[in-house]
Amino acid sequence: MDLDKVKQTFILEARELLAAMEEALLGIEEDLNPGESINAMFRAVHTIKGSAGLFGLDPIVRFSHTVESVMDRVRSKQISLDPTLVSLLLECHDHLASLITSTQEGVEETPESHEGSQRLLNQLIPYLEGNGVIESTPVRVAAQPSGASEGGWNECWHLSIRFGPDVLRNGMDPLSFVRYLGTLGKIVHLASVVEKLPRGEDYDPETCYLGIELDLDTDADRQTIEDVFEFVREDSEIRLLPPHSKVEEYIAFIRAMPEDERFLGEILVAGGCITTKDLEEALRTQKAETLEDGVIHGRLIGTILIEDQAVPPPVVAAALDKQKKFQDRQAQEMKVVKVQADKLDRLVDLVGELVIAGASANAMAVQVHEPRLLEATTIVNKLVEEIRDNALSLRMVQIGDTFNRFRRIVRDVSQEMGKSIELELHGGDTELDKTIVEKLSDPLMHIVRNAIDHGIESLEVRRARGKPDTGSLSLNAFHDSGSIVIEVADDGGGLNKAKILKKAVERGIIREGAELSDAEITSLIFEPGFSTAEAITKLSGRGVGMDVVRQNIDELRGSIELESYEEAGTTLRIRLPLTLAIIDGFRVGIGTASYVLPLDLVIECLDLGPFLESEENHLINLRGEVLPFLRLREIFRMPGEPPTRERVVVVQYGETRAGLVVDRLMGEFQTVIKPLGNLFKQVRGVGGSTILGSGEVALILDVPQLIQLASEPSSGLRRRPATHLPPTHS
Amino acid sequence: MLTYHASQKDHQPILSLTGVLTIYTVAQARQEIPARLAKRKAQVLDLSGIEELDTAGAQLLLWLKRDASSRGTELALAHHSPAVVEVLDLLRLTAAFGDTILLSPPSPSRSHHGS
Repeated sequence: MDLDKVKQTFILEARELLAAMEEALLGIEEDLNPGESINAMFRAVHTIKGSAGLFGLDPIVRFSHTVESVMDRVRSKQISLDPTLVSLLLECHDHLASLITSTQEGVEETPESHEGSQRLLNQLIPYLEGNGVIESTPVRVAAQPSGASEGGWNECWHLSIRFGPDVLRNGMDPLSFVRYLGTLGKIVHLASVVEKLPRGEDYDPETCYLGIELDLDTDADRQTIEDVFEFVREDSEIRLLPPHSKVEEYIAFIRAMPEDERFLGEILVAGGCITTKDLEEALRTQKAETLEDGVIHGRLIGTILIEDQAVPPPVVAAALDKQKKFQDRQAQEMKVVKVQADKLDRLVDLVGELVIAGASANAMAVQVHEPRLLEATTIVNKLVEEIRDNALSLRMVQIGDTFNRFRRIVRDVSQEMGKSIELELHGGDTELDKTIVEKLSDPLMHIVRNAIDHGIESLEVRRARGKPDTGSLSLNAFHDSGSIVIEVADDGGGLNKAKILKKAVERGIIREGAELSDAEITSLIFEPGFSTAEAITKLSGRGVGMDVVRQNIDELRGSIELESYEEAGTTLRIRLPLTLAIIDGFRVGIGTASYVLPLDLVIECLDLGPFLESEENHLINLRGEVLPFLRLREIFRMPGEPPTRERVVVVQYGETRAGLVVDRLMGEFQTVIKPLGNLFKQVRGVGGSTILGSGEVALILDVPQLIQLASEPSSGLRRRPATHLPPTHS
Repeated sequence: MLTYHASQKDHQPILSLTGVLTIYTVAQARQEIPARLAKRKAQVLDLSGIEELDTAGAQLLLWLKRDASSRGTELALAHHSPAVVEVLDLLRLTAAFGDTILLSPPSPSRSHHGS
């Protein structure tokens, strides 16, 4: 059914709104100007409540109504948003999320969820107005004879609303505004204006013709009342007259309205704003003036408000600005199309095949020497390249969403640990492949938890070390020469090398008395079964932390670097390829075989001859820089003699460079990575395979591994140890 | 969903509406109701089955009413369901419709409300 589809949209939207709410809540404590965040939260709950109402999801409506009321009081500064309330609202957020989830599963309310709602609602009571009576359903406004309002006739706000024609189509119901106004105060008088409702065939059932004149006795301020209409303000005409307005102001107001003056005047009289005598007099004396002025007089709401001195000009400007921002955002939202991830994956797969097929066609065209064919395939190739880039960019997502989830985690975890931690996020707009982002979130979680648990010290230790009470943790993402770097840095105690060594010996990971460099010691924490936590806590210390992290990162063809200073902090750097599927390759030849290097990692190419520094130690002198090199011919045990002029391809990964000696340079080409089977997992230096245009298979070289091989002190190629680690017992 | 049911009571044809009369159903209802009323020459619309009414629905009812009177006939709305009463009350539209609303429990101000 159509309604089901709409409901799905509601669920999706609700999720997004909840995410926004969570983000706002988490950011609010550091926010210097939390007004916008509070508004965002309020809007989120308000919208969820409204949409839930459309689907008759009463449990959600009931629950969010109370949350909204509390937020509204926060917004109007009647109560302050202290950490306790933030935590409570976060719980409410979680509960709302679970309500939405059960809605998706088709369950409206379970005894548990009801109990959960009730429990949270009880906790919210103290934050509610008055003696804390929760109104479980929107207040139904009882008919109130106009004379009954004691305390003079000017006590009320007069609201005049002409809803825009598309209000109903946009999913808004004027009724809900009236109901909501009823919760802000007492509706003393109300009149529906239905004069615009056409007769006969002109009537369009989905157009809104309704207008409302309403007197509201409330303590709420102008902003609060205006905000009620936030979502319809754009295309509706809304006028507010504050209490104690002068008779002339009411008259000006009446004249500004499109309806018959008499008609509106009577409404105002009925609502007790002005007396009939006032009305008669004012209308008579000002009639002539009206005619002179023309009809346009006072039609602009902003002008009226300022003329009435109802609001100072800056407020109007601010409101307009806000309205515009809201519009912009809406426009932006309209441009987004949601596509299922597997469709995208399929597309990228196909583009991959297309790249191979294109390369093959191109190779054939070259062989045939047919200029026109060559011309055609060149164009095709160029287009394929563009399609590839576009298809891949479709899969790119910003890492910001993943980062933002850590706000919550850091908050929860640090509370649990009794540590005060500030999280800084940088580079949230860095884009990377969706698959990578997904696979990255678990390892990042481990790392962040580790940093909080083991990295950042307890308060006493921090004070003793002269550090600020609040620990800092930062997540940072940026692009760096063809890869993405994600840093997790803390200002904690750093890695205790002695402790690590001791533990590693205990666990039999290294031999007693082994000489290890600092980098080698720190990398021990990535070994399986290694955990230094003295006490096993709930968060980490299960010994399945960092080795799983490394495994996950390895699977993404990434690498981890650790930089740690004792008592000063640790920075963990994850380096990842931009994408998993397709790379720009650089083809080299050894003997009869072709190999492919990722082009991003290639720095330069040169002849080996004059640079040779030391054949023995495999070092070349590159313009004064000592560069380790490897002969791929040796690494891959290629039979036959090397050519007289060998070439060096200088590659760089991270901070380190190395030279790879090959027989031939064969140029750039675009290639699709095909993963190697499990059988070849142990083969070092090879990251994947690809099919060349000619149908031949070429291996894609794993440059990071090769660089590491080349950098190892005794040039590991002869002994080829089984792991990256320094020699151990084994 | 909105369903229509034609019946007769005291030799008077009646069209009964059951379900929701909201923005989701008004477009169809705007076609169906006049057609069905005309076919049966019914002048009574029974609203006892209306479970939900929104502004769009209220507008439609008002339009039907006015449309009938502009063609010289009269359309009576009867047996307002609580959902209908709530909306008409909220918008203070009872007078604009001018139909007698019978309710249980009856509210004294409303039950003699015809104008």
